[in-house]
Amino acid sequence: AFFWLVSLLLASLIWFISVHLSDQENARLQFSLLVFGAAVSVLLQELFRFAYFKLLKKADEGLAMISEDGRSPISLKQMAYVSGLSFGLISGVFSVINILADSMGPGIVGIHGDSPYYFITSAFLTMALVFLHTFWGVIFFDACEKRRYWCLGLVVASHLVTSGLTFLNPWYEASLVPIYIITICMGAWAFFTAGGSFRNVLKCLSCKRQEDSRVMMYSALRVPFED
Amino acid sequence: MITFTNNSDSEEEPCNERTSLMSAESPPVPSYQDGLQASEAGEAQTHRKRRTGSSRSPNNAANGSTSGLSVPVRESAVENEEEELTLKYGAKHVIMLFVPVTLCMIVVVATIKSVRFYTEKNGQLIYTPFSEDTPSVGQRLLNSVLNTIVMISVIVVMTVFLVLLYKYRCYKFIHGWLILSSLMLLFLFTYIYLGEVLKTYNVAMDYPTLVLIIWNFGAVGMICIHWKGPLQLQQAYLIMISALMALVFIKYLPEWSAWVILGAISIYDLMAVLCPKGPLRMLVETAQERNEPIFPALIYSSAMMWTVGMAKPDTAARGPSQQMWDTAEDGRVNHRSPSHSNSEILETRSPGATHPVTSLEELEEEERGVKLGLGDFIFYSVLVGKAAATASGDWNTTLACFVAILIGLCLTLLLLAVFKKALPALPISITFGLVFYFSTDNLVRPFMDTLASHQLYI
Repeated sequence: AFFWLVSLLLASLIWFISVHLSDQENARLQFSLLVFGAAVSVLLQELFRFAYFKLLKKADEGLAMISEDGRSPISLKQMAYVSGLSFGLISGVFSVINILADSMGPGIVGIHGDSPYYFITSAFLTMALVFLHTFWGVIFFDACEKRRYWCLGLVVASHLVTSGLTFLNPWYEASLVPIYIITICMGAWAFFTAGGSFRNVLKCLSCKRQEDSRVMMYSALRVPFED
Repeated sequence: MITFTNNSDSEEEPCNERTSLMSAESPPVPSYQDGLQASEAGEAQTHRKRRTGSSRSPNNAANGSTSGLSVPVRESAVENEEEELTLKYGAKHVIMLFVPVTLCMIVVVATIKSVRFYTEKNGQLIYTPFSEDTPSVGQRLLNSVLNTIVMISVIVVMTVFLVLLYKYRCYKFIHGWLILSSLMLLFLFTYIYLGEVLKTYNVAMDYPTLVLIIWNFGAVGMICIHWKGPLQLQQAYLIMISALMALVFIKYLPEWSAWVILGAISIYDLMAVLCPKGPLRMLVETAQERNEPIFPALIYSSAMMWTVGMAKPDTAARGPSQQMWDTAEDGRVNHRSPSHSNSEILETRSPGATHPVTSLEELEEEERGVKLGLGDFIFYSVLVGKAAATASGDWNTTLACFVAILIGLCLTLLLLAVFKKALPALPISITFGLVFYFSTDNLVRPFMDTLASHQLYI
């Protein structure tokens, strides 16, 4: 979360500077600066995700060195999940908390001609974003680990595409639907990256208890009690 | 030394701050170490306190009595274990501190957002005599700097006073002082707080009920904090009084002064810890030499040890919350001058398992715990509360400050695990918090607002 915040800070700094250096009256210019700012923010987020990956890798090695059996107590996959989740949470919270706070106050949605579905679509978009960040985190870390750079590129590209799709708001059919399709695809990809498979799912659903392959010896001999 | 102004009761900030961490409650070493320690005298103890599980070789020699390693020979063998345990428990400590800090902040933010009393300006404390109502920016800045200087000097003077009292063994005075200040917090401030909350929600309450509630709350609080009580209840009370104190600060410190004071206090904290002649350090060393616990009422402790079971003469001598202070107390304890109760002490005593004579019947709960001064709680909450009160970006700024403070706390605890001596908890967190507050309020807020108005997501 902290890393995401720092990336957001830098992106806003860039945007702020660009806005102040430019003509404030020109609406088109301002809008394109906004687009630019959003794109920069996306790239910075991914960059910081990478930085976080590096940090965690170092920590992982440190933990592994110290622990008894040479493995760190947290696997890289868990770290990927947690990192993605926290990026998603902080991103979602930042996007939606002010909207939520405003939604409690007196007001009418869309009175100036905007869409009346603002709140509900914001909620859905935020949910999609949180999921997406989680999935991206898993895929990203795995790609970095296995050095599959095309995966990395795909993650960054899909983030950019998602952010770009939100520019189509309030044409919600064009933005919400594709975003959810992307979310589901990313979800499936992350699932398979994390080691899931159809078999796992079936096993989980069937609730069969795994047979213990260990053999237990029962012995009638017991340590004699002290007399 | 309690002074009242307008309608504020500022009183005890000095008291509270002072609390800092004097945690030199050295555990009764000789009893614990079963006699092997007996030969080791004062300085060995101070060295010992230093590293419970240090992996640093130079210390091992002096480290003979570290928690559990009574036999120097075994040190190298368990050195690694100690370090690993330290790191493992380090993470636990972080979590153990996150929860109370978060709770305190939540209480403060919730109150600020709902009860308008705490954001109305109704006068200033006597400790910040200069008003900020001046028209020019320069004058306002000057006034806030002067306010800060006054406040910090009050804190320093009170700290030195407390240290002198402690050095000359005026225990009764100190205890009376502490009891008086917690009395005031628990009764008066709670009464005001309750009154304001009831006013906000338009709930009527008759005086007899009020008296009953306040009396019970206060009496149980006094007992829990100053004497004995269930650990969680004590923690809850400490969190509540920190929150109350923070609310008082938020209400009565003028805007710019509050920010400058926060910055100055973290610098002061840093200096007080790193400089060898700090009053707080002297206090802790004195307490260590005398093998006494420091004031129990002003430190938040996250764990307590109980020894239950077979009464062994040495283990039975262990008192409950004394054990925590084991580590970190060595010479360089930082306990920042009592004014800010922010020192932390990382208590990492190795478990009894390495102790050669651990009785099997002995039930030991988690010995490890971390202590954080209440001043830390207060100033963290002041920062977040001020962010909630004054930031126009509302929740984003508050959240950013919250995350920044927690990360600062995390880093501080990491450093604590690395250096194994008490460290000031304020500087890193407050720096992050201030940076994030100002940058989020001025840079991120317009960006996010513009994005949200177009319903763009990044």
